[in-house]
Amino acid sequence: MNEELWTNRNNPGIDPILHVWGWEIPVYLFLGGLVAGLLVLGGYRVMRQAFAPEAATQRAWPFAPMLGIALLSLGMFALFLDLGHKLHAWRMYLTFQVGSPMSWGAWILVLVYPALLAAAVLHPPERVPFGHALLARVKPWSEALQARPRLVLAVGVANMVGGLALGLYTGILLGSLGARPLWNSAILGPLFLTSGLSTAAALMHILSVVSERTGAAGPQGRFADALLAGFFRMLNPQAGGDVMLRADTSFVTLELLLLGLWLIGLGTATAVHKEAAQLVLSGAYAPAFWALVVVTGLVTPLILQAAELSGRIRHTLAPAVLVLVGGFALRWILVSAGQASHF
Amino acid sequence: MARLGMVIDTAKCVGCSDCVVACKAENGVPAGFFRDWLTESLRGRFPTPHLELRSERCNHCDDPPCVTCCPTGASHVHPWGGVILVDHDACVGCKACIASCPYNARFLHPEGYADKCTFCIHRVEKGQDPACVSVCPTRCMYFGDLDDPESEVSKLLASRRSHVLLPEAGTGPRVIYLTA
Repeated sequence: MNEELWTNRNNPGIDPILHVWGWEIPVYLFLGGLVAGLLVLGGYRVMRQAFAPEAATQRAWPFAPMLGIALLSLGMFALFLDLGHKLHAWRMYLTFQVGSPMSWGAWILVLVYPALLAAAVLHPPERVPFGHALLARVKPWSEALQARPRLVLAVGVANMVGGLALGLYTGILLGSLGARPLWNSAILGPLFLTSGLSTAAALMHILSVVSERTGAAGPQGRFADALLAGFFRMLNPQAGGDVMLRADTSFVTLELLLLGLWLIGLGTATAVHKEAAQLVLSGAYAPAFWALVVVTGLVTPLILQAAELSGRIRHTLAPAVLVLVGGFALRWILVSAGQASHF
Repeated sequence: MARLGMVIDTAKCVGCSDCVVACKAENGVPAGFFRDWLTESLRGRFPTPHLELRSERCNHCDDPPCVTCCPTGASHVHPWGGVILVDHDACVGCKACIASCPYNARFLHPEGYADKCTFCIHRVEKGQDPACVSVCPTRCMYFGDLDDPESEVSKLLASRRSHVLLPEAGTGPRVIYLTA
């Protein structure tokens, strides 16, 4: 037995429990995951176009790369605000530390910008509220790119690879900090990537519905069909306005499975890992975890989407909004509870 | 390369906090922050439990997670003695090292960089002991090369029962506690 009775250490941010990362990190992790999802889904669409140039694209998608650039910049700004030594941020780019996921992330963030920019140039929007002169300048570049299928393929691959790297690294970053048992799981990488894909699909579904006005008719199809075929049908241009809803159903289901695996992994590990799992299962963070992440962010959208896809209820944007809320809550609660977990 | 470490005799520690005060004075540790501190814990099992007073600090681990996770290389292993240090200019204040330390030995200095015990490397390089070791009124703290079998710390470890903090974390702490 080694039970600590008292200590006179009282360092700000450390005691009584670690709380060095505030709102900035969950905001960054959420936005980074969202952009990772946009990169993967958008990159896949671009790759399809390289093989089938006649495939029509939905109206919302040309906005996706620019939306990605804006959201990623917002996330990086949150990350910048979190730094203690802000004027030294450039030091990240004087080195590459192979063992540090944060160093990998810093370089991945820089490398995904050109990929997003290339995707934006490849498919500029037909109409924009401002910047018409810039759009006119981009058009020739866009046509030149579209005439070269190999380049289109390269843009698609760059977006997909960049998205996978960005989505995975955010989870691996937390998972590599072995001193925090709640994060100490390799599942966090795939979990954050899947959550990023589900939130990106939810966001694009909202944008598709808003921009194409397909909400009135609503999506049609069987829930099981969406679940099984979602991955393969989600980006089929002929699949109609419910493609992102189907994709989201698959991603949310996968996310639930990964969340379960993560908790099983912790619950079957050492005493400190079991204690860490209790923080979200029945401890201080349990109400928020169950209410916001599991019920609001995963189970409710899944039930609503199942009912919508089987035609039982009218289609609304509620499930997509709930998925976005759940995606943010997942990061927020994991960052907070993870810091509270210790050896 | 020497492997510098600290051996602390918990049977002689009276919890006077001189080590804490000496560290703050020697290193200009800002008000409200601590590079070293005192902890009292209950160790052992019934019917022979005992209270243990310990002076704690960065454990200057053999396998330091704070160095591995640092994105800029600011957290590094000093080439002489293997002491874990932070290059204040290279540190961006991302706090990954603080979260990676199972001992919560680091903190964010008000000037924005990660800070912690340095084993008073500026004194050690001149052949002196760390400030905390030199002021201890009961002489319960010892400093030296753990790899040198003739050093005082090695001899103490060979002759007494000892333990480290959180051995299950697998970091190889180099602050070692002698027990009664």
